Amino acid sequence: MKRALPIILVLVTVLLMAVGLTGAGRSTGTVGIATGSALPGFSTNASTPEQGLSNFLIDVQRRNWDRAFSSVERTNDSVNQQAFIQSWVGGDGGLRSFSSLERYDARPLHATDSEAQMRVRLHWSTPIGPMEDVRDFRLVRRGDQWKVVWDEVPVPSVPSQVIPVNYLRWDLVTGGAGEEWGSHNVDAPHVRIVSMNAVDSADGAVVMGEVVNEDTIPAFVNVQATLVDAAGSAIDDESSFDKILHVLLPKQVTPYRIDFPRVSLSKVKNVHMDVKATLVPASSDPVIGVMNQKLDTDAQGRSVLRGELLNQSGQVVNIPHVIASFYDNNGKVVWVSDGYVQRALLPQESEAFAVEIPKSLAGKVQNFHVVVNQYSLQKS
Amino acid sequence: MWSSTNTVCRSHKARRSLLAFLVGGVCLAALGHAQEADLRAPSAAVAGNAASLSTTGQGSATFYLVGPSISLKRDVRLGEEVSLSAKELQSAGKYLAIVCASSCRSVGFFVAPAKPVNLAFLVHPSRAPVGENNVVSGVALPFDEFRNLVLAPATVDFQWSTKGSAPVSHKVATQNGIAWFHTNSGRSAGALQVAASINDISARRVVQQVASDPCSLRITGQRTKKGIVVETEPVRDCTGNPVPDGTVVTFTAKGGKETSTVDAPIKQGIARAQMTTTGPVVISAASGVVMGNELRLGAE
Repeated sequence: MKRALPIILVLVTVLLMAVGLTGAGRSTGTVGIATGSALPGFSTNASTPEQGLSNFLIDVQRRNWDRAFSSVERTNDSVNQQAFIQSWVGGDGGLRSFSSLERYDARPLHATDSEAQMRVRLHWSTPIGPMEDVRDFRLVRRGDQWKVVWDEVPVPSVPSQVIPVNYLRWDLVTGGAGEEWGSHNVDAPHVRIVSMNAVDSADGAVVMGEVVNEDTIPAFVNVQATLVDAAGSAIDDESSFDKILHVLLPKQVTPYRIDFPRVSLSKVKNVHMDVKATLVPASSDPVIGVMNQKLDTDAQGRSVLRGELLNQSGQVVNIPHVIASFYDNNGKVVWVSDGYVQRALLPQESEAFAVEIPKSLAGKVQNFHVVVNQYSLQKS
Repeated sequence: MWSSTNTVCRSHKARRSLLAFLVGGVCLAALGHAQEADLRAPSAAVAGNAASLSTTGQGSATFYLVGPSISLKRDVRLGEEVSLSAKELQSAGKYLAIVCASSCRSVGFFVAPAKPVNLAFLVHPSRAPVGENNVVSGVALPFDEFRNLVLAPATVDFQWSTKGSAPVSHKVATQNGIAWFHTNSGRSAGALQVAASINDISARRVVQQVASDPCSLRITGQRTKKGIVVETEPVRDCTGNPVPDGTVVTFTAKGGKETSTVDAPIKQGIARAQMTTTGPVVISAASGVVMGNELRLGAE
């Protein structure tokens, strides 16, 4: 009897492990959608496309690169393990290099006996909040195993080169403490809100528009809005936070967007706008071109504006941030959308981006304007 | 007090002489008491100059002075002058002098500012676009050596000049210690020197006159191996001043359903951008709210 209890416990444990590994115990999730997270355990046999993909993504999640790389079927011999790892963890101080794969949802698109297509929604935790990435994976059957086909083109390495840079820079010299009162002063830059529009969205009220720097010096800009009800009381006040190009060069125009979660515009009588501008040192480098922008529909059927960012300078842009304003046929700003690019933008290289447009507004959009905020580790 | 004393001191009958003598003594004592705390303020006191207050009476008393930036207490002898040093009267404004013996007496007086030796001169803005009316303004406030605002009317001579032009002078009398002016900005970018002077004192400020918005942006472009290189002609405002380097010009290339944009800063008067489009495109340029011409380029 003394030995029976430990034996029973061991048997129950083994049984539970087996149940866990085969997935028979999973009760959450939608039928047909495989979900995963970084739980420790053993990988199951990749006898189905779902299991093959699940094993692969769990290895990626755990950063078990040797096993993940050995489990894929490469279509291009130039993809080595280093390039494979870099495609997942990023590099050059990009946003992906500060992110980790939190979980994923996989949905089969189609499958045959020898081949399958899976759509995976990858949930990343990043310094700027949770981000989603949708990718399609192709799997092939090799013997009794399903393998992920890895056909991603490796990130091009920038060749050694000399890029002449003669960019402009504004420095700020502050006067000494012993100055006579009023003898020297430099006024704050003159910026102006050129348009403002307030709309109701699914998440609450949104105030958006554009700001221009009308001065001849750079400005650090922030826009604040206060919603006021019919009685004249403030309902809420918020700032544009990161949905604005904060450093504006002379005559540069930026969109801004201020979100008021859980506030309905029906309660709002007035909106008080306040734009604050401060003189800051700035540089006109790097110049980032926004190429081949077009309104499109993504794999999930959402309306998006997609395009490519082209770094025309010699400086690495670690975290590019795209902010787009959308106009109707009267030139009125009907929406402002933004998105972070997960990979660093290397000198003279381009990187794709896409920002979403609400479906209800997609038909109204006649024109758009994209600006790029850039965060470089060298500057911070 | 005097009337009541006289009433009390009326002489009556000889039998009451002793009583009259006693009452007279009390009257004299009362008279002496009434005279001990009288103060006379200095006339035309000026900040930073010594002054004195005269007192009447006899005996010792306590003197108090309360002013804009001073409060002091001092033992004085009645009947003598109370001297106030130049340091004690540095601040212009209203003062209150009090002397207390058995009772207190007070007197107020005003200390006027001294001669102006300093000029606070504020000019706004520090940068002004060329060709705008009444965009530059200045305010001058004369102060004496103790930083008292000089309220007495004085004439301030404002002068403004730009490089290569004769200075323009404009005399303005101060009102309550302030003189001000408005003027237009010039037509050429550069430093506008503004001076204000009063007597031998002067102060200078500089307003940077900067180019206004770009006028008639014109662009040219050509195809290269990498795409299209497009650039502006030298960008100038409507009065011919070159727009400052660093000003952003937005180039937009539209071809089919695709659009490419580049925010390019002006360098040495010209903004230049590279675009990677290959098909036929229409390229336009804008700076702030100013639009330029359109350029049509055929396919590669």
